[in-house]
Amino acid sequence: MGGRLNLYKFSSPATFYPLAGKIGKISTLIAVVLLVIGLYMSFFVAPTDYKQGEGYRIIFIHVPSAWMSMFIYLVMAFWAGIGLVFNTRLSSMMAQALAPTGAIMTFIALWTGAFWGKPMWGAWWVWDARLTSELILFFLYIGFIALQGSIDDARRADRAGAVLLLVGVVNIPIIYFSVKWWNTLHQGASVSVTEGSNMSTIMLQAMLIMTFAFWAYSIAVSMYRVRAIILEREKDTRWVSELPEIRR
Amino acid sequence: MKARHKRFGFLLVGLVVLGAAAWLVFNALGNNLSYFFSPTEVAENKAPANHVFRLGGLVQPGSLERGEKLTVHFDVTDNAHAVKVAYTGILPDLFKEGQGVIAQGRMGSDGVFVAEEVLAKHDENYMPPEVADALEKGHDKGVADMAKGNKPL
Repeated sequence: MGGRLNLYKFSSPATFYPLAGKIGKISTLIAVVLLVIGLYMSFFVAPTDYKQGEGYRIIFIHVPSAWMSMFIYLVMAFWAGIGLVFNTRLSSMMAQALAPTGAIMTFIALWTGAFWGKPMWGAWWVWDARLTSELILFFLYIGFIALQGSIDDARRADRAGAVLLLVGVVNIPIIYFSVKWWNTLHQGASVSVTEGSNMSTIMLQAMLIMTFAFWAYSIAVSMYRVRAIILEREKDTRWVSELPEIRR
Repeated sequence: MKARHKRFGFLLVGLVVLGAAAWLVFNALGNNLSYFFSPTEVAENKAPANHVFRLGGLVQPGSLERGEKLTVHFDVTDNAHAVKVAYTGILPDLFKEGQGVIAQGRMGSDGVFVAEEVLAKHDENYMPPEVADALEKGHDKGVADMAKGNKPL
């Protein structure tokens, strides 16, 4: 019963607003610490690769951002689904708050991928299944942001955005399994839940630390963003007008 | 039935229909989404004969010949079939015998694939050079032991 009560309690923007501030602060701290450790390990601790030399080190940015680009989309789709079914305001705000972070992660994955592809493959870009489906993911993020922004009524914007997000979910397994299902220039997964990892331990540790850093960063910025969205959408309510930072 | 149960039902049905549609589309597209053809597919005449396609596989060790200027000849193999390739241009850094490549071009009438572009394909293994050396030595030792009639560990 307690858990159930709590869930409903925190689905109210008024109670979530201060909590989001706290989570945001803690996540920022975690992100900075992990990023410092992760970058140090990536550049100075992790060994040179036997085939790609120092160039492979871009993996420590490329893979975490690519993972986050897919994961954030799934989280957004989850919140969008909850928002559609239960008509909760906060879940739609969460989806909206995550979108720019997801888009930037996708962009980083594509951008670093191009910088990696040129020296190793010999091409900035190829239209293989992995690269193309990741580009489609980028367009889905941009499309969601544009669609939400183009509808004035927030509730209608949420619903339209949610439908787009849910339709786009089909792209996520395509991205993930593209290197398995089709012949692609992009290599297969180095790390998988079922088959373990094909990286040396220290490389894997550095990459996982970077992943957690990206994770904490994403939580931090989406929390700050959801606070701004809450204030914007609830600006006419009494609890917002009574906030100390508003009264000042 | 509550309204939200109904909405959840719609959502579920929608997702199932969407998933089925996607599955049908990808089934129909089949191999057309593949970035390249393997030498076996070329040998079975599955690759287009008269227009540009991509050929992927490993550079057969010992097959690399450097001709005049930037022209190179090599065989691309998938360990079942091999295709002769001719290419004029700059090769990517990772290009090596035994390394994966994807060549774009068309089949010549003499059975030699004339490439316009050669890309290197690397695998998903990352390790320090010492580990790679150790693995190779272990592999060589295992092969030598097998040749001597000993069972590998």
